[in-house]
Amino acid sequence: MSSGRSERPAGIRMMPNAIKILIAGGFGVGKTTLVSAISETRPLHTEEILTDQGVGVDDLSGVEAKNTTTVAMDFGRITIRDEYVLYLFGTPGQKRFWFMWDELSLGALGAVVLADTRRLADCFPSVDYFERRGTPFIVAVNCFDGARQFKLDEVELALNLGPNIPVMLCDARKRASCKEVLITLVRHAMNAHAEPPKAVQGSA
Amino acid sequence: MNADEEPPEERLLDEDAGPMVRPYVMTGGRLQPVRGKFDLITLVVATRDVPGVQPGLGPEHLAIVAHCQEPMSVAEIAAGLDLPAGTVRVLLGDLLDKGFVMTQEPQPEVDVRDQRMYEVVLDELRTL
Repeated sequence: MSSGRSERPAGIRMMPNAIKILIAGGFGVGKTTLVSAISETRPLHTEEILTDQGVGVDDLSGVEAKNTTTVAMDFGRITIRDEYVLYLFGTPGQKRFWFMWDELSLGALGAVVLADTRRLADCFPSVDYFERRGTPFIVAVNCFDGARQFKLDEVELALNLGPNIPVMLCDARKRASCKEVLITLVRHAMNAHAEPPKAVQGSA
Repeated sequence: MNADEEPPEERLLDEDAGPMVRPYVMTGGRLQPVRGKFDLITLVVATRDVPGVQPGLGPEHLAIVAHCQEPMSVAEIAAGLDLPAGTVRVLLGDLLDKGFVMTQEPQPEVDVRDQRMYEVVLDELRTL
């Protein structure tokens, strides 16, 4: 009576709940690599067709004759028991795709902003977006071969992050490293979403 | 000369830009599903085996029913059938309307306060 949330026909099994995690960052920073390293399937590829209505006044050079454009996304999946399915979406980081992020980040558990220290500025739009929207996120600095090791506090400083945003190094090609990234994000999201301990009862 | 070194994301876009007109034909020019919202992670499962020829259903509809015998997200269906997500949404709307599939919408944002969900997910991630 109290929890009749859907009208499942009898005999059909429970469906798992889908959870979404966004992997954002600049072009070529390793989003798809990260998704491949941790996904239980090979990364899948999907596209959204966008019509003129959705696209702003942005210069989409090369497609000027079209009135539609496509946004490509790679994504992977991790099944959590029979209860949840975790989807990881590598999302294009450019500002002109923000209108699509609104849909993507709706109900998202959180986001990983992948950063490349050689092009740190590429991840600024992602950081701005998630900060403004209040989506819990962490920053993972992908250590490419030959990329010079940055001190994490330098990155923190450059990104001007809030004090509670985790920043970590990772290797997007390595499963163990990507796993740490996801665990860090989920923990951070859990804390971020948790209601402040005693705020429910009374506001002093 | 170095065309092969084009970043993969770019290449995929270019490659798939060709047949982009066709999806609208499959949906009869429709852009919106008749029923349902269909987030990318809305899960869809077929309620029955793949039917034979059905009035009002095209081969793509039937392919979707075949694809969702186990719960699948809209994004997975789109990827599996190599169709744009928007097209799949329209086709899914038809299938939902005719009762060939059922769907589960993702949790609304308020449910991200569900502490147990985080714990289950963390436990499972640690075992990966």
